[in-house]
Amino acid sequence: MSAHAADSPAAPAPAMETPKRIWRERSAMLLRSAPFVVGMLILIFWVLMAIIGPWIVPYGADDTDLLNTLTPPAADHWFGTDQFGRDVFSRVIVGSRDILIVAPLATLLGTLVGTVLGLVTGYARGLTDDVVSRIVEAFLALPLLILAMLVITALGASNATVIIVIGLSFGLVVGRTVRAAVLGERDLDYVAAANLRGERPAYILFVEILPNILPPILVETTVRLGYAIFTVASLSFLGLGIQPPSPDWGLSISQNYGLIGGGFWWTVLFYALAIGSLVVGVNLTADGVQSVIDA
Amino acid sequence: MGLYRAIFYRLVLAVVTLLLLSVIVFAGCQILPGDVGRAILGPFADARAVQALNHQLGIDRPLLVQYWSWISGMVRGNMGMSYTYRAPVAPFVIHAVLNSMKLAAIAFILVVPLGILGGVVAALKANSWIDRTIVIAGLSATVVPEFVSGIVFIMVFSIWLHILPLTGTAPRGAGPVTQIYYLLMPSIPLFMILFGYIARMARAGMIEALHSDYTRTAVLKGLSRRQVIWRHVMRNALLPTITVIATQCGYLIGGLVVVETLFNYHGIGSLIFSAAKAKDFPMLAAGILVIGTVYVTVNLIADLLYSALNPRISFGGSR
Repeated sequence: MSAHAADSPAAPAPAMETPKRIWRERSAMLLRSAPFVVGMLILIFWVLMAIIGPWIVPYGADDTDLLNTLTPPAADHWFGTDQFGRDVFSRVIVGSRDILIVAPLATLLGTLVGTVLGLVTGYARGLTDDVVSRIVEAFLALPLLILAMLVITALGASNATVIIVIGLSFGLVVGRTVRAAVLGERDLDYVAAANLRGERPAYILFVEILPNILPPILVETTVRLGYAIFTVASLSFLGLGIQPPSPDWGLSISQNYGLIGGGFWWTVLFYALAIGSLVVGVNLTADGVQSVIDA
Repeated sequence: MGLYRAIFYRLVLAVVTLLLLSVIVFAGCQILPGDVGRAILGPFADARAVQALNHQLGIDRPLLVQYWSWISGMVRGNMGMSYTYRAPVAPFVIHAVLNSMKLAAIAFILVVPLGILGGVVAALKANSWIDRTIVIAGLSATVVPEFVSGIVFIMVFSIWLHILPLTGTAPRGAGPVTQIYYLLMPSIPLFMILFGYIARMARAGMIEALHSDYTRTAVLKGLSRRQVIWRHVMRNALLPTITVIATQCGYLIGGLVVVETLFNYHGIGSLIFSAAKAKDFPMLAAGILVIGTVYVTVNLIADLLYSALNPRISFGGSR
């Protein structure tokens, strides 16, 4: 976490490192890291499937075939069929879509809210900071899943509710990270100089300080994306996230997992593997970004 | 600031956090749902019946009065009446918490030593293939949702190999050994999540300690590798792990919702989940408040423990 201090103007800059050069070196380091490349390939695969999936799958995700229900994997149905005769392979491919819309939007909302919250509380300090910090502490005493369950129960489940609940909760967490980063910057000379020039606080926060704390925000965002996918999948599994008739993975598992006792493992296993591959892919990517920025 | 003042200060902060938390839970359970009588009786119920039920439940009173009667009841151990069971909430919550504690205890007993061991081995063999395997496997295990790993383990151990039961609930009247046997499977997904975190922190703490000046001094003093590691490195390396274990408690409770639902086990997670589904708001509020209290208390203890064990932290220093 201390690494970004090296980018700040106050630190003795090692021989004219322009921001562009730093980013180029970092990208080169990323591409040499095997876990990052593997993670990125998995992520690109699923994003591609979410976009073009419906046009390349052999069957429609919702097409039922009541003469061929619960058939095991075979040549015409690679991953078998479920209890309505729907093709599991097609559903797994198309099922990537909703989670890859909801989770990134929630992450984006969380990053925006958290950045503003952290900039303001870190810069204001004093009473504002104390009050906001206490409230944030209180919210974070609840596991995200429980908090989400409370709000979704009260407001009703929909993609929008899920995005807002996860986004706002992430805002609190990201806010803490950004606040800590701002505290490290606000007493540096360039901020004092801007103050003396008579710049307004909004200008100092967003134009002067923000560019210098982008690396920790980027790390936090990639890490949050992994958590968002985790949480959206878990909520969908509980019936509180993405709603039917979506072929979403978590939702499909919750609808089918009663069947595995009867030996119909293919109605569940492939969705589980899809979720597993996506979260591992995102987190390998996040880990790569983090280790390069912290290096 | 003296030791006792610092402890007192942290206690006050914890109480403030809990009070704010109770307001959040109250708002979530009483204000957000709107018309509770309508929510329970459904959209087609008679308006007078809805009104009568609202009066009977006491939710036509001013919010402040409702909050006061709810929170003062909570403090005295009176958690209100369940809408679903028409019975006091407290016994349900206590029973569920005890069940969850059994499950969590088994997961922790398995994961803490193994997680620390994994981290220490990885640190001692830093950058070897053993290290990379532990780190990547730990990271992957940590990020996969509990229901996903749970389902894979159900398939392997229950359905294909027939060595572990499908549910977490042992038959009525089962002895402790049978209960533990039934809880092994549900504890695996929790184990997976926690293992990566604990191993990672233990590894980082260990590596930092291995590169520190005091370790250098100990080596130069001529102590054997074994002595250096056990006397000097371990103690400092394990400190951060305490914090992780405490913060993961909150995470664990969130995970319990999913795991208990998946394995049909009656703990606090499945209690909250079924209360939420049935819109049983007193049960939901009590369950959530209990969870929050456990989390805040565990973190307070970890915070104090960490400070007490760490020679470099004096109480109440600059924040």
